[in-house]
Amino acid sequence: MSERRPLADLLGGFADDAASSPADATCPAPIPERARVLLGHGSGGQLSAALMREVVGPALAAAAPGGPLNDAAVVEVAGQRLAFTTDSFVVSPLEFPGGDIGELAVNGTVNDLAMMGAQPLALSLAYVIEEGLPIDDLKRVTESVARAALRAGVRIVTGDTKVVGRGAADGLFVNTAGIGLVAPGVTVGADRASVGDAVILSGPIGLHGVAIMSVREGLGFEVEIASDTQPLNGLVAAIVAACPDVRVLRDPTRGGLASALNEIAAASGVGIDLREEAIPIPGPVRAACEMLGLDPLHVANEGKLVAIVHAASTEAVLAAMRAVPEGAEAVEIGRVVADHPGMVAMRTIVGSQRIVDMLVGEQLPRIC
Amino acid sequence: MKYIDEYRDAKLARKLLDEIGRVTTRPWALMEVCGGQTHTLVKQGIDEALPAGVRMIHGPGCPVCVTPLEQIDKALAIAARPDVIFTSYGDMLRVPGSTTDLLSLKARGADVRIVYSPLDAVRIAAANPDRQVVFFAIGFETTAPANAMAVWQAARLGLDNFSVLVSHVLVPPAMEAILQSPTNQVQAFLAAGHVCAVMGWTEYEPIAERYHVPIVVTGFEPLDLLEGILMAVRQLESGRAVVENQYARAVKREGNRRAQETVFRVLEIGDRKWRGIGMIPASGYRLRPEFARFDAETRFDVGTIATAEHPACIAGAILQGTKTPLDCTAYGVLCTPAKPLGAPMVSSEGVCSAYHAAGRGLAAPRAVPLYELTRSES
Amino acid sequence: MCLGIPGKVVEIRDDGPLRMARVDFGGVRKEACLAYVPEVRLGDYVIVHVGFAISHLDEEEALRTLEMIRAIDAEGMAQELGAMADEPAARGPAASGPGGPSRPE
Repeated sequence: MSERRPLADLLGGFADDAASSPADATCPAPIPERARVLLGHGSGGQLSAALMREVVGPALAAAAPGGPLNDAAVVEVAGQRLAFTTDSFVVSPLEFPGGDIGELAVNGTVNDLAMMGAQPLALSLAYVIEEGLPIDDLKRVTESVARAALRAGVRIVTGDTKVVGRGAADGLFVNTAGIGLVAPGVTVGADRASVGDAVILSGPIGLHGVAIMSVREGLGFEVEIASDTQPLNGLVAAIVAACPDVRVLRDPTRGGLASALNEIAAASGVGIDLREEAIPIPGPVRAACEMLGLDPLHVANEGKLVAIVHAASTEAVLAAMRAVPEGAEAVEIGRVVADHPGMVAMRTIVGSQRIVDMLVGEQLPRIC
Repeated sequence: MKYIDEYRDAKLARKLLDEIGRVTTRPWALMEVCGGQTHTLVKQGIDEALPAGVRMIHGPGCPVCVTPLEQIDKALAIAARPDVIFTSYGDMLRVPGSTTDLLSLKARGADVRIVYSPLDAVRIAAANPDRQVVFFAIGFETTAPANAMAVWQAARLGLDNFSVLVSHVLVPPAMEAILQSPTNQVQAFLAAGHVCAVMGWTEYEPIAERYHVPIVVTGFEPLDLLEGILMAVRQLESGRAVVENQYARAVKREGNRRAQETVFRVLEIGDRKWRGIGMIPASGYRLRPEFARFDAETRFDVGTIATAEHPACIAGAILQGTKTPLDCTAYGVLCTPAKPLGAPMVSSEGVCSAYHAAGRGLAAPRAVPLYELTRSES
Repeated sequence: MCLGIPGKVVEIRDDGPLRMARVDFGGVRKEACLAYVPEVRLGDYVIVHVGFAISHLDEEEALRTLEMIRAIDAEGMAQELGAMADEPAARGPAASGPGGPSRPE
């Protein structure tokens, strides 16, 4: 009878970081330093938040005024409020139905500025290129950047290019940073939602995430869905014109609508009640999610926003949104409530309420 | 989506709920076997919407959850080898072994790949003749035809670099084990619709008769579950105990003969340990001797591994339906989807994960706002 | 158990050792193996699980299930069952219950 060996003995080089006992692996204390970053830490859900809260935030504390870092910050300069943001784009494949990494990089940063109520002024563009990337690909992506910038009405004013060895970058990593001016009288913030406010969604969700998944190896399905990546600064301008006191603006990217709403509920200390039938989800998105066992509420979007406004402004804001193409399908999907603060709930078809949670980590296709 | 949306109609759901309420005169406890059914019941709040007399006990229908800890540890030991491409269904990646899990190994550089179909694993083997490709063949009877076909194809193609780590479990022996338990409270079953699409329901007839329990083969959409519950309750109320088929659009009494043939060409019944429950005789599949060369357990001698479950995990009781996640001291605190102690919290078909995703029993609100927004710099 | 969803067969390929199909699931198309449902033709619906069609969906039964649910009429059933309670051997063995269902409050 062979002797029983502990698993750690059989893991070879992978055993170093494994906890020596189940209790260690599950200690609720902060992430141990020997631990490794997981893919899930970048997904925009709970793991990402934990990484910020437990590792990055504390390490930066002395140099980061006002607490943990956010998507965009507002800085006062000579009486004007300047919004400043940065984002990195690591999507693979570089080109996908409906867009490419270049377009994503411009729209992503333009939108982060727009979600602060700011009109974008200028962007920087930095490339980290993997050795071996076809020059044509680089050219196409850069042309895409230019087209997207023109469409959004923003200039690329500075940049950087680095090349790293084969295998060190997924073809191309792009970083954009942007500055914009926050319109006077506008103070959007995730902590500004208040009880009774209306929750408005600018259009159908799940398109970008499904478009990406459809071209990812291993999942192999075809679908006629294109990414919804687009600049939203025009839409935001329309919203602000109709309602300068808009409380919250958020684009539900990584982690999907559910994660974005959960963050808002937590930051504002309120609950959010959604009506499931009001949330527009295109048929093929639902089908793809069914097949993979994913929740459409957790799928990334790149050209949608959530606006939270005082209930009395709902009709005016909806009308203003629907008057521009990016908001043509805008719809009210729920209300801010006093119940279950910090949580998002949705009425099911049998009339029960269920809690809509944040995405936990990497979205793994459910098969079985 | 056709043949899905129609079975989610809210009005018909209410109709069925009202009818269940109308016919129920005494308390009844039913068990749905399949994790996919548990998922729908909890996500739609159907179990909470049922009339007070009808209680759903969640069964061990999550093959991810019941895969023995030893198998997970063996998978990890094999995946850690540099010559191996380890392929698996997505669900298995986060299941905790005695230490670590496949996803963590992947993060550290092990070649672990998610496949949608077992045929993809065979393709990977054919495309990488210099690497060993191992496929984690888990599942109930539903998945056996696919897993068996992969082995069959690998044999036909003469692939000597392909092997499978088998961990198949069978439903009828599990049902009997539950019925034989002295603490059993289950009075009727909703049988797993897709398991029966493959195997038919002939194996359930002797169970219904021997234990006098109604068994209704049921689908996975809200209307399917509600209709299945209604049919079971009607039987209970009238003292009947037979097998009925709610999922008529997908299931016939004899099941899928072709699928069964391939399964039994490649696999045979054997004893199987169920994580959290223990050994249930003749409750699993293993490779037949003719295909033993494809067995990853013998190809990679990982021997016997000293396994260690987390002491706070009560997965066993949960899988047997004697406890719910709300009875667990670790639920939502030490054990969450992000840091699971046991399999039912990891698999999206697991009871604990279903409860957690629906927010049941979780203290509200979240401890700390996830981040504070920097307002106008002042 | 498990994720088996219905889709429509829109293309069939018999060129390899296994009969394969392209199946459309409400706008998403994916490959599936038809080895276990040899009678399936273009336009038929199948239930697919991990890349294999395990069942040929019976569209008549699908409709019948919905019809039966729609036909549930609480008031009508009450009368029907009330009448049947006077006939103990009306349906199957052991059909007599506790004297007919009453509306639980």
